[in-house]
Amino acid sequence: MARLFLASTAILALLGGCSQAPAPAARFGGTLEAVRMRGYVRCGASGNTVGFSTPDDKGYWGGLDVDTCRAIAAAVLGDKDKVRFVPLNGQQRLTALQTGEIDVLPRATTWTLARDANGINFTVPNFFDYTGFMVRKASGAVRAQDLKGASVCIQTGSVTEVTFANVSRRYALNLHPVVFDTTQASRQAFFSGRCDALITDASALASVKVTMTTNPDDYRIFPADDVITALTPAVRHGDDRWFDIVKASIDAMLMGEQLGLTRQNIDEQRSSGNPDIRSFVGKEPGVGAALGLHEDWAYQIIRQVGNYGELYEGNVGSASKLKIPRGLNRLQRDGGIMVPIPFN
Amino acid sequence: MSRSSRRYFARSFVLQLVALAAVIALVIWLATNAVHNLASRGIATGFDFLDRAARFPISESLLPYTPSDSFAWALAVGLGNTILLSMLVAILSTAFGVLLAQARRSHNPLASGLTAIFVESVRNTPLIVQLLFFYSALIFSLPGPHAALNPAPGVFLTNRGLYLPWPMFDHGRWLLSSPITGHFNFEGGLVLSPEFVAIVVGLTLYSTSYAAEIIRSGIEAVPLGQWEAARALGLPERRLFRLVIMPQALRVIVPPMTSQYINIVKNSTLALVVGYPDISFVTATTINQTGQAIEGVAILVLIFLVINFAASAVLNAFNRRLASRVR
Repeated sequence: MARLFLASTAILALLGGCSQAPAPAARFGGTLEAVRMRGYVRCGASGNTVGFSTPDDKGYWGGLDVDTCRAIAAAVLGDKDKVRFVPLNGQQRLTALQTGEIDVLPRATTWTLARDANGINFTVPNFFDYTGFMVRKASGAVRAQDLKGASVCIQTGSVTEVTFANVSRRYALNLHPVVFDTTQASRQAFFSGRCDALITDASALASVKVTMTTNPDDYRIFPADDVITALTPAVRHGDDRWFDIVKASIDAMLMGEQLGLTRQNIDEQRSSGNPDIRSFVGKEPGVGAALGLHEDWAYQIIRQVGNYGELYEGNVGSASKLKIPRGLNRLQRDGGIMVPIPFN
Repeated sequence: MSRSSRRYFARSFVLQLVALAAVIALVIWLATNAVHNLASRGIATGFDFLDRAARFPISESLLPYTPSDSFAWALAVGLGNTILLSMLVAILSTAFGVLLAQARRSHNPLASGLTAIFVESVRNTPLIVQLLFFYSALIFSLPGPHAALNPAPGVFLTNRGLYLPWPMFDHGRWLLSSPITGHFNFEGGLVLSPEFVAIVVGLTLYSTSYAAEIIRSGIEAVPLGQWEAARALGLPERRLFRLVIMPQALRVIVPPMTSQYINIVKNSTLALVVGYPDISFVTATTINQTGQAIEGVAILVLIFLVINFAASAVLNAFNRRLASRVR
């Protein structure tokens, strides 16, 4: 019902969009001005994916996707806390972005060409993931081919549905899908024993494994196929400046790591003689003005939020409960596929 | 027609004309806005997507389906499930409604009391809560496939569903297909999934509680004199009910039952909370895969209008036939 309600709301928003006189400028471009006037950035969030997007017991939002949003707020408004999070399910998120309910969607959304061509722009991947199965170890399954005839719980509104169908067909597994409209419902059904496996992004499975089980060692996660998915914050079509700002904010976190800038050392490094660091922190002006931001925008990101490595380890890596190995998400320099774009 | 009433008529005619023009103008304005906004946001429009491969799975269906079928067929499959579900619930809730109406009218205090408790508790709690309750009860309380209950040969009850032997047409002849144990699940035979059972049972109980009250009120609307007259003629109870009471009660019963049947069709969209793929579930998935919300919702609205117009047309015709037989 919630989904249909949102669809109807979205339609009403589309229908009525032209009626609010100042809105068109804000909606079709001018996101930066709209955000400045409003005083905060509105981000799509998940709300229940530990490590990526969830409020803590005091209601303070945290996670890799949340920190990506905070980085944008630090760059644009100079304060990482000038953000509001709109919890959205898989069904709602794209419509919410297209209709202007949120400014940016950093919510574990897989970059696909069909989505990209249909009203939204993907910026820079902030997490490379794969689709995984989680099974009980007692089932004996260690790879997708072992799941012949199994029941698999899925939540709708995701690329996972298509991956599921592809895997079932590719290995002739005759999998039985059990499809739900919320992540909670599909997880609950898996833990009740309704399904032999739960399929979704492996990162989300890692979070489910440590947060929803009494004994995480009873469960095993393995890849569903050999396709890497790029979870990428997205903006809507029609505002090149905002598109650039979001890309630059994510890039600044990667470049910060590349240059060895951290929350701790950024203030002393600010007076460094290294020309790359000088243009990063805004001592050599130019990049900030070109983006329409203060020259210290990248400095603010590192000082308030941290570099990508700090974000990763703190939210999903070794310093977190999830302990997802850095793997592909290392910088290219360190053997991963994260590529920082130079500032000059 | 007097002058004042003619003037009143003319004035109301003009007012209605203005109202109609305003509504048409509003619709045109909204449609133009929508087209403009969709274009400026680069969102595709039109129904071309219906021919493309759907690629998402549908967990169970009356009609055959694979993810390589088109979006149009996926929607048809969802519609098939909605119709199956609605028909089944309409038939079951009518049958149980008749039984419960009789029970509540009976002089046995146990029968009438229990029925009253059932009707009031089911009618006064939200349907969605009942559905989630039934579904959780099924998947959490039934054993897994390796500890399946086996109440009769070939029949297995698990948290994956109820497995039954079922005739299947194969290689030109009918065979009895029995469920056999696989590594993860039983294979073969007929499966009634927990999702299907939860939505059928939940919706049936909910609709039964309304149907029972409608039928009871219809029966009680027949004047006592009719019962006494029929008894005076010496009609046995069963024929008395069929020949004298029911034809009169039906005139009271059919109009509210028509809207009750329409409610069943509309309430069937709650199937998605227990994971049964009805038309609204498939439409929502289609919207998500294609991003074309306006087209998806338009299709859904059209489908429900057609189903419910057809249902009420048939029942209204039946009602007219009943009403015309005044003796």
